[in-house]
Amino acid sequence: MEQPVRADHAGGLAAQRHPRARLSKALAPYLLSLPGGFWLLVLFLIPLVVMLSLSLQRCNPGTGACVMTWHWSEFGQQLSLYHAQFLNSFYYAGAATLIDLLVSFPIAYWIAFHGGNKKNFFLLMLLVPFFVSFVIRTIVWEFILSDHGVFLGSLKNAHLLPQNFHVLATGYAVIAGLAYNYLPFTALPLYVAIERIDKRVLDAAYDLYASRRDAFTKVILPLTVPGLFAAFLLTFIPALGDYVNQQILGGTNNTMIGTVIQNQFLTYLDYASGSALSAVLLAIALIGIFAYARLLGSRTIEEYL
Amino acid sequence: MNAAVGTVGERAPSREVAPRRPPSRRWTRFLLPTYSWLVIAYLVFPIAVMMLYSFNKVASGLQQVSFAWTGFTTQWYQQWSNVPGLTSAFWLSIRLAVASTLLATIIGTLLALALVRYRPPRFRGKTFVEQVMFLNIAAPEIVLGASLLGLFVTINLARGFLTLLLAHVAFSIAYVAITVRARLAGFDRSLEEAAHDLYANAWTTFRKITLPLIMPGVLAGALMAFALSIDDFVTSNFVNGNTTPFPVWVYGATRIGIPPQVFVFGSAIFSVGILCAIASIVISRRQA
Repeated sequence: MEQPVRADHAGGLAAQRHPRARLSKALAPYLLSLPGGFWLLVLFLIPLVVMLSLSLQRCNPGTGACVMTWHWSEFGQQLSLYHAQFLNSFYYAGAATLIDLLVSFPIAYWIAFHGGNKKNFFLLMLLVPFFVSFVIRTIVWEFILSDHGVFLGSLKNAHLLPQNFHVLATGYAVIAGLAYNYLPFTALPLYVAIERIDKRVLDAAYDLYASRRDAFTKVILPLTVPGLFAAFLLTFIPALGDYVNQQILGGTNNTMIGTVIQNQFLTYLDYASGSALSAVLLAIALIGIFAYARLLGSRTIEEYL
Repeated sequence: MNAAVGTVGERAPSREVAPRRPPSRRWTRFLLPTYSWLVIAYLVFPIAVMMLYSFNKVASGLQQVSFAWTGFTTQWYQQWSNVPGLTSAFWLSIRLAVASTLLATIIGTLLALALVRYRPPRFRGKTFVEQVMFLNIAAPEIVLGASLLGLFVTINLARGFLTLLLAHVAFSIAYVAITVRARLAGFDRSLEEAAHDLYANAWTTFRKITLPLIMPGVLAGALMAFALSIDDFVTSNFVNGNTTPFPVWVYGATRIGIPPQVFVFGSAIFSVGILCAIASIVISRRQA
C-alpha cells in the first residue's frame, strides 16, 4: 500500500491537480479489488483453512461439537477407509470424461471448420442442456433409462432385451449421466481451441503433400493439446466431486466420494471426517490444476471458459 | 493487398493458386455433419422428453410423473402452482438469483476493472488474486460447499437465505470478473482521458463513458451469475438449512415422487432461457 506514487504518463495531468487525487489514483487498484478480494478471502480461502482444521478435529456425532486432535494421519485413514468410493469416482469420472472427449471432438471440429455463419446457432445447441436445471436433467435420464420406461420398455416389449435387463443402479447409468451432464464443458473448450487454429497452417500442410490423416495427426491434434487439457480438467474435476448423478441414477454398490462427503456433513454431522475427505478430494484436484498451470500457465485456462 | 503486389510482384501470383487439398471422398462428406446432428439430437432428447411428459395425464391417484404415456393434458400447466413447497421454492430461487446476481455483478465488475487496468508495480498481489480466482473456478464444487458449511458451523451462523446468498456470490464473483475482463480487453482508455480533460470528475466519467462502454460485458457477466445461481444444487444443498431453493426441493422430491409440475417449471425455465439466448444472438448479429 505504501508504494511510491509514480507520475504515470496517462493520468499525469490529472494527478498533479490535487494531492488527494494522486493518493486515490495510487489506491485505485486496491479499492477496486477490495470487495471481491475480501469476499473471496472470507468465503473461499478462510473456509478452506477451516476445512483443514476441521479435518484435524474429532466431532461428537450427536451434538456436532468438535475438539482439536492434530491427528495428521486422519487424511490417510479416511483415504483408506473410503478408497473404494474414491476409486469409483475416478473410474466413473474418467470414463465419462473420455467419452465426452471422443464424442465432442468431431462436433467441435465440425462447428469450428464448417459451421460457417451458423456457428452461434450450433454453439447454442451445445449449450442447450444448461437451460434445464441440472437436477431435472438427471431425473429425466432416470426416467428414460428406467426398466420399463420409453427406451428399455419398448426394447423389452419387442423382445430385443431380456426382461431382467436393467441400466439404472449400475455404474453404466452413472457414467451415462455424467457424460451427458458435462458434455458442454468438454465441447466448448475444444471448440475454442480448434477455432483458434489458423486455417492457412492447414493449407500449408496440404501444399507440402500432407494426406488428410497427416494433416490431422501432425497439425490439428498438436495445436489442440491445450484445449484438450482444459476440456479434460473442466470435465473431470466437477465429475469427480459429483454425487447427484450417482444418487439419482446409481445404486448402493457404486457410491462415489461426493455421496460420502454429503452424508458425513448432512446426515451424520461428522464434520471432521467430511472435511478430511473434502481436503483429500481438493488435493487431488489441485494436483491436476497445478500440473496444468505449470505446463500451460494459469491464465490460459480462462480463455477456454 | 495492392501495395503488397507492387513490392513483391514475383511472389504474388503463387498466392492465387488454390492450396493443394486432397479431394474430398464422396460419401464421407456427409459423415461429420450427420454425426454432429446426432450429437445435437442426443443433447436435446432429454429436454424433449421432459416437455412431452409435462403434458402427460396421471392415471393413479398419486400426482407424480410416471413412465407410461396415459394421454395428453394441459392440467399441470393450469395447476402449475398447486404444489405449495415447489412454488415457494421456485420464488425463493428467483429472489436468491436476483440478489446474488446484483452483488456478484457489481463486485466482479470492479475486480475485472482492477485486473484489466493495473499491473504489478501499481497493483501488487494481482497474480495472487488471479490465482485465487482460478482456484475458485477449478476446485470441485462439493469442496466449496462443504468448506462453507464447515465455516458456518464453526462461527455458528444459522443456515438460511443469508448463507445461501453469501455462498452464491462467492462462487459467482470469479466467473463474472473473467467474463467482464474478456469484454474489456479492447477498451480505449483515451476516451476516459478525454472526459477528464473536459473537466468531468471521476464519477461522471465512470457513469457517462466507462459504464456504457463496458455494459455488454457486464450484462454477459450478470447472465452468467444468474444462470449459475438459479441452477445451483451442490453448494445450496450444504448451506441451505431449512430454506429450500428450487433445485434442492426437486432433489428432495426424487425420494417421494416427482409432481408433474416440476416438468412444467423445467419447461418454462428452459423456454425463457432459450428465448433470451436467441434474442441476444439476434441483437449481436444486428449490431455487427
